[in-house]
Formats: sequence, C-alpha cells, structure tokens
Amino acid sequence: MASYSEAQNQAGNQAGNQAANQAGRGSRTIQLISFTVGNEEYGVDIMAVREIRAWSETTPLPNTPEVVRGVINMRGAIVPIFDLRARFGMPRTEPTKYNVVIIVSVASRIVGILVDAVSDIITINEDEVRPMPEMEQVSGIGFMEGLITVGERMVGLIGLDRMFSGRMLEAAEMGQRPLLAGPSAESAGAA
Amino acid sequence: MTKRVLTVDDSKTMLQMLQFALKQGGYEVIQGENGQEGLDLLDKHDVDVIISDINMPVMDGITFIKELRKQPKNKAIPVLILTTESSQAKKAEGRAAGATGWIVKPFDPAKLLEVIRKVSP
Amino acid sequence: MDDLQQFKQTFFQECEELLGDLEGHLMALQHGEGDSNTLNAVFRAIHSIKGGAGAFGFDRLVAFAHIFETVLDLMRDGRLQPEPDSVALVLHCADILSDLVRAAQSDSELPLQHEEEGRKALIALAATIGVNADPHAADDELAALDAELAAQAASVAPPEPAAEPEAPKAALLKYLVKFAPRDALYQRANEPLILIRELRQLGGFLAKADASTIPPLDQLKPEAAYIRWEFEIETDRGEQAIWDVFEFVTDDCDLEVTCLNPPAQAAAAPAAVTPAAAPAATPAIETPKPAAAANPAPKSPPVAAPMQQQAAPQQAVPQAAGAAGAGPAGAGAAGGEAAKAVRSIRVDLDRVDKLVNMVGELVITHAMIAQQTEHLHADQHPELANGLAELSHHIRDLQESVMAMRAQPVKSVFARLPRLVRELATLTNKKIRLEMSGENTEIDKTVIEQLGDPLTHMIRNSADHGIESPEDRMAAGKPAEGLIHVSADQRGGRIVIEISDDGRGINREKVMKKAIEKKLVSADAVLSNEEIDNLIFLPGFSTADQVSNISGRGVGMDVVRQNIQALGGRVHIQSRPGHGSSFILTLPLTLAVLDGMVLKVGVQSYILPLANIVESLRPEGDQINVVANASQLLRIRGEYVPLVYLHRIFKVPGGIDDPTKALVIIVEMEDGSKMGLVVDEIIGQQQVVIKSLEENFDPIRGVGAATILGNGRVSLILDVAGIKYIAEHETHRPAAIALQGGKAQPGIALAAS
Repeated sequence: MASYSEAQNQAGNQAGNQAANQAGRGSRTIQLISFTVGNEEYGVDIMAVREIRAWSETTPLPNTPEVVRGVINMRGAIVPIFDLRARFGMPRTEPTKYNVVIIVSVASRIVGILVDAVSDIITINEDEVRPMPEMEQVSGIGFMEGLITVGERMVGLIGLDRMFSGRMLEAAEMGQRPLLAGPSAESAGAA
Repeated sequence: MTKRVLTVDDSKTMLQMLQFALKQGGYEVIQGENGQEGLDLLDKHDVDVIISDINMPVMDGITFIKELRKQPKNKAIPVLILTTESSQAKKAEGRAAGATGWIVKPFDPAKLLEVIRKVSP
Repeated sequence: MDDLQQFKQTFFQECEELLGDLEGHLMALQHGEGDSNTLNAVFRAIHSIKGGAGAFGFDRLVAFAHIFETVLDLMRDGRLQPEPDSVALVLHCADILSDLVRAAQSDSELPLQHEEEGRKALIALAATIGVNADPHAADDELAALDAELAAQAASVAPPEPAAEPEAPKAALLKYLVKFAPRDALYQRANEPLILIRELRQLGGFLAKADASTIPPLDQLKPEAAYIRWEFEIETDRGEQAIWDVFEFVTDDCDLEVTCLNPPAQAAAAPAAVTPAAAPAATPAIETPKPAAAANPAPKSPPVAAPMQQQAAPQQAVPQAAGAAGAGPAGAGAAGGEAAKAVRSIRVDLDRVDKLVNMVGELVITHAMIAQQTEHLHADQHPELANGLAELSHHIRDLQESVMAMRAQPVKSVFARLPRLVRELATLTNKKIRLEMSGENTEIDKTVIEQLGDPLTHMIRNSADHGIESPEDRMAAGKPAEGLIHVSADQRGGRIVIEISDDGRGINREKVMKKAIEKKLVSADAVLSNEEIDNLIFLPGFSTADQVSNISGRGVGMDVVRQNIQALGGRVHIQSRPGHGSSFILTLPLTLAVLDGMVLKVGVQSYILPLANIVESLRPEGDQINVVANASQLLRIRGEYVPLVYLHRIFKVPGGIDDPTKALVIIVEMEDGSKMGLVVDEIIGQQQVVIKSLEENFDPIRGVGAATILGNGRVSLILDVAGIKYIAEHETHRPAAIALQGGKAQPGIALAAS
C-alpha cells in the first residue's frame, strides 16, 4: 500500500531540470510519465498524474467488464482502477506488489490505471509528437494521441481525456460488451 | 458623461458585486482593495462617488476617509461606507470621519443606485 | 461573466424561495384565510422579484411584475377586494410570474402572448377602480389619479395615520419642512441641492431660501453653512418619505417637519384608532365597495410602538370573504412576523458536503479503532473503553447536527403542488382542492430534490384516476369538489409522506384482470386486497384504457416506485373503494448513512441494508425444495421463498454452495415479496457512510452504493431489487410458479418474467 509520491517528487524535479535544459529549443515542452505494459511503453501527461502507488487489492464490482479492476479507498474517496493491459485487448494483468497504479485526474474525476511499471520521465517538445499512423481496422486505439521516439524506444502518448471520455464510451468501442454501461441485459446475460 | 465610482473593499466578491450593480446603473468603476490603494487611485483619477468598506487590511476605511478629506480636491466627493445593519457604532464612526452616507450590507442593486443618487449630483 | 452568473444564481435561488413562500400565501388567500399580512407578504415577494429582475435586466419579468405589483398594492390597501375572481387572477398571474422567472433562469424565451392575457386582466381589474396599472401610461397621470382618489377618500373620512411608513399611497397632505444645514453637513460632502432635488420628487413643491445669515464676503467662510430653507411639499407618500430624504444628514442639520393640513384624527393622535374612530375610517378605505362596511370594527389597542402603528392600518383592510373579524389577530401577527426573522446564514452546499464527508471519515476511523481494540479487555483498559464509548456518542451527535444542516423543509417541494393541482383541475374539468400539512418537516436536501417528480406523478394519478368528475361525485353523494391531501410527518427515523384523495378508490376487479392479462400474476393466484392495490406499481402495469394526457405519459407507477427506492424509500398504496386512496411514502431522513449488516461471501464482504432484512437462518435440508429442476425454494412457516446465491449473482469465487452450510438471509422487497439471499456468514452490524459510485459508473445492478469499512477496504452496499432482477433474468425461472397449496406468496406469484 506504500505510496510512491516521493518518487513522483523526484521525478518532478528531474523533469524540471530537463525542461530547463531544453528550454528555448522549440515550441511548448511537455512532460510525460512513461510506463510499460508488457513490452510496450506508453506515456501520459505528467500534469494529470496525482499519485503513483503500488498495487493493492481492489474491491471488484460485480458484472463489470474485464478492464474494470474494481475500486479502492484513497483517503476516503472511492477511486476506480482500470486495467490497461485488458484495455489493450490482452488478458488481464496478474498483479503483484511490483505492479503500479497511476492515479490520474481526468475531467474532474480521479481514476487509477494499472500498469506493469513506471519507467521514465520524458520531456519533449510538443512538435516531436508524431501523429498516429493511419491503420486499417485497428479498433480501440482512438485514445492514442500520438507517438514519440525516445532514443531507440517508441512511446505511445495516451490521451486520458479521450480514454475516459464520458462514461468510457471510447473504451466501449473495442470490447464486445459496453464498458461501464452498467449491467445491461446483454452484459448481465452474457455470462 | 459617465460618472466614475471608486469602490474600496478587501473582499473581491463585494467588489465584483458592487461593480456589477454599478455598471448596471451606468457608472464607471475603479477598484481598490484597501484604503491605501484607494488613496493612490484618488491621486490618479477623478471620481464622482466613493464607496468604501470599513474593515480592511493595510488601511481601514475610517482612516481612508479621514485621509482623503484632508485633500482639498476630495473634500466634496460623497463617500458612502459599507456597513452592516448592526454596526450603528461604525456608522457613527464613519460619519465622524467624514462619510456622507452609508449602504447597509447586504445591499440590493436598486437600493445601491438609489443611495448614490441621493448623494451625488 | 462568471460573477454575473453567480449573482444570477443567487437571485434565482432567492426567487425560488420567494415563489415557494408565495404559493403558501396564495393557498391561504384561495381558501379565504388570507389577511392583510398575507397580501402584504404576496406584495413583498413580487416586489423583491421585480427588484432583482431589474438589476439583471430581465425586462419582461420586470414589466409583468410591475403591473402585478400595482394590483396587489391596490388589494392590500383595500381598494380592490380579494374576491374569488380577483384571487383566481392573482393565482394565475403568480403562475405566469413563476414561468417568467424560470424562462429567465433557463435563458429561454416564452411565447410573447404568454403573459399577455394575465397582463390585460390585471390592467382591467385595476381599471375597475379607475387605476391605470399600465406602465406605459404616463407616471404623472397615474400619480394624479392616485392623488385624486386619495383626496376623494380623504374628503369622506380621515385617512390612515400619517406616520404610517408602509403606506405609499396615503392621502395627499401638505407639509412644511424647515431645514437648516450645519457646517458638518458640507464637510461630509452632503449637498443641499441634491436633497432639494429629492424632495421635489415627492410632489408639489415650494421652496424658500433664507440667505439673510450670509455674512459679508470678507467674513464669509467658504466651508460654513449659511443658507437655510423652508419647503412646502404636497405629497401622498407620507411624512416618513420626507424624513427618508434627509436620512444621512439628520444629525447635521436642524430639521422640522410639520403637517399643514392634518386630518382631524391623525393630528389629535396619529395612532388613535379608537373604537369610536375606526368605524369612520373603515368606509373610507372601502369606498369602492360600501356593502362591506359591515366589517367589524378593528379592535386595535391604543397604538404607541412603531410596530403597532404598522399593524393598525392593516387591520383596517377588509378581510377576505369568510375570514370574519380577524382584527384582533393583526397586531399579534405583525409581532410574530418580526419574531420569525430567523437568524441564518447562507452556506455553500459544497462546504456542508465536505463537512458531511469529514464526519463520515470520522465514523470510519472510529470503527477502525474500535475494531483494532476489540481484543482488549475493557476491565484492563477502562479509560480506553470509556473514551471510545464517549467518542462514539459524540460522533453520533456531530453526525446528527451535520445532517440537520443538509435538512430542508419539504415545503420547497410542496410549494409547487398548488399550481399543479390547479392545472390538473382545469385539464380534467374537475374541482379539486388541495390541502397540505407538515410542510415544515425536514428531509435531506438530496431527497427533497429527487422527490418532486414522484410526488408530481402520484398527484397526477390521484387527480386523474382518483378524483371523479363533479357529476359523478354528486351522484355518489360526495361534495362536487374533490380533495387531495398531502402531508409530511416524521415517524421514528423516517419521513412519511402521504398523498390521499377522497376519490373512487382502486377498482380491484379491473386491476386484477389487467394484471392477469399482462401475465403479472397467475390467473389462479389469490391475492389480498392490499396486494391487488399494489399491483399498480409493477413494471408493465398500466391501465391502458385510462391513459390520458395527464398521468398516462408513458411513465407508470413502477417508475415512481423506482425513484422512491433509489432514495432508499418505500411506497405503497392503500385504497377504500368509493372512499379514496392514499399513497404512502416512507423515506430515510438522510442519504448519507445507513445501518447495514456486513456479510461475507467468498473472498468479498458486502453491506446489506438493515431495512431489507427480515431474518436470517441456517436452513435444514428438508426446508429446501427444488422447482423446475433449477430454482430452489425455502419453505419457511408455510411460505415459499426463492433462494438466491449472492456469490453466483456476483460471480465471487469461493462462496458456499450448500444452503444448509451457508446462511440464508430473508430479505423483503418494496412490493412485499421475499427472497432468501444465500451468503457465507454474517460478520456484524455496522453503521456505514454511503459513498456514491455513480460519479464514475453507470448504475451497477445489484449495487446501490459503496462504503469504506474499518479496515480501509471499500465494500459495496447491496441493492436487493437489483439482485432479484439479476436472479430472474439470468436463470430461467418460470414467471409464475403454480403453488402447491398454501397461501399465495407474492414473492413468487408476482415474479415478473
């Protein structure tokens, strides 16, 4: 249950230094927290990140899609946790104490995303973000805002607003079952 | 010509409320957050009416009125103090300092304009 | 323009309150219970709305309110009688006004003719006594007319006491004002010329300046006051209006105000409305309607205090028909009104909610500490045990106080009902009277907010289906006018709201037939009267041949029940054929806390609201019957209750499958049906703080909300209706199970397919 906020602070400083080093090079700089899910690396805007914490057991919500891991108590607030691996269409994460939950604030809501590990703080210029290539029939990536190359690595920039827009309608388009649309007759009857 | 009102209050909300009500009444509004700011503004601007709170940091309303009345150019400007109904003592103190009249908080916009009309040409 | 929005919000909030109060006063008027205070209150409410609307430039609202106010002013002055027709007009116009307020609030435009009819009727009403209420008419003309009328009245009899501050239309009197400013007046930047300008606005005016005291120029002090004035003012606004002009300078000048042509009585003693004088005064005020002169003379005590001065003329206002001689109550009522000025502050709801949350945290923390210290013996740690007990006590108190802050009188919801009933009566061509009681009963704000729709719906139902047409009622030997009574009351920890009508009651035969047709009950089911009545709450039940544009708008009573249940409430109906029906709603006092039972199912724990629990038991094997090769029924005291395995419903691993080894909790649904919830064990009873999940999720069936337990874990609060729904839709249980003998059991008989 240990919170990694100190880590976040250090990360913040580091990001600040990098930002200072790179200031003046181009347009607006943005800072990302990058993390891994399987072999892939993704990033979210550091401004949205509230806290990074170790995985702790959630209270599952009955008859909700795989991607919903349940809810946790964060200082009195009930925060839903989403499994990013499941969101990407892979099997659910088998979380260990080394897994990490990134708590982000999206459109005045606080949600947690379960990832494998946090890897880096990346500071880049906005114009370094490459748009997503046109891909045929790849559904469920509407929340990807673009791609970033860091050295040899490719990092996918996740648009949290897009991923958690409305009641996760965006997320619903990938799954067979509507995500968080409640136990509609279909989802309740499916199993 | 548009009349200008100087409003002095440390509460931003009150300033905004006043501004809103006054603009509805066709007045131009300048704002200070304490008596000192009020005096500074009076150095730079001519105003037709002053509305001031009493309890303010840096310089309170009573001192503000006393100070401004010392300057000949401000002697004839009507000054209204913002007061709550209960503070008769403040009313008296304000008058002693040279306030022209008072506005009882919470004021309703129509009443505010009426009071201003009552003291300004 | 955020601030503007904020001010507007405040304004509309105030409007809402004013309109709410207004409804109450209008009800009184309608029932002939209104007095001058009522008219005054109505006037003030309209006046306040107009004032605020003016500040925000809601011109249309202002224009209408202005005419309305004019007519109300005539009424409270007694120049217009509150007769049934004019009261009806006032009610109608209040509705229009509230429409205009809401249109302004929602920034929408009502059709232009919306208020036109009411406007014209108001102008016409004022015109009957020769007053032009149309603001387009020149103000002077109006004033002249007023003055003329007042003068006429004055010639007949003496007018009201001159010092009456609330009477803007007193008789036209001439005053002499002697005004001698002192130096201080100028030092405070007051300006006699402005004062003179204001005085002139009061009416006919003559000013004389005495400049004799001005010294020779070389002796003249520029800041000293030399000139004094004498004014003759002829005004109908009363002496107070003159004093008001000098409000800021009374201490800085010598001021004398004398009335030059005092009416006899008023001069003798402005307040001496002695019993002898009163009869003379009454006809003066009632000139337009001499027939009413038989009104009892107001028995006013000799008046001295300003409060009573105010009350005295009000007493002279003729009472509404039927409320004979409320005179002596006048002074008392005025005093009561002053005492009623509640000391209160406006607090942002967010702050209260924050407080509610903090207290919730406190409850949880307390539970956690209590849990951690459970194993310690109280004898060995007496201070700890005492301290904890005391803490628990204080937390309860604190919690109650905080909850009380969120509580609001149901009045705010009830206030909308009179209009609803009026409209329904018009639509249905019925005569309906609304009575309300217990409006001051307080409930949590959230409940109040959600209560409006279901309440409206039930009243529609009563008006549409319950109350008969006047002809039918007469034929049945009832008064032509039907009655709907709405009451609120606190009983124990719950609020009970009852909507009863004296209509025809429920046609049980028809309801039963419909329910069988719709396969909601099996044809051979034997139901009690009450069970039949409550069939109307079943989903899919609607008495189609009665669908009208009033209560048949596609929303059935099942939705009403759902809404009420969502608030943690219950609703049922009681009916006596020929005599009427009552909807009875019970609601929790607060939505924030709940007494619950902590249950364990597999690896999870859940909270079951205590209110749902009938009993719990570990059944014997022979109590379990299997029906249709799937469903298990628990036989208990001759009833058959379907068993529902919570771990199957929620797909929780590790739940006990053998009911004889598990625990069965008999829960009762709102419709009276029962269900046996199979869980592993009961951990204990606990008060929990309700935390909504809906911020992040659409409703999750079977889960009402969440809470945080003493161990810091989130636990879900069960919603039994949702669980039942899942149970019925996931397993293919027959809709209605034929009972092998025994009493009809609604839980089975009514199970919807």
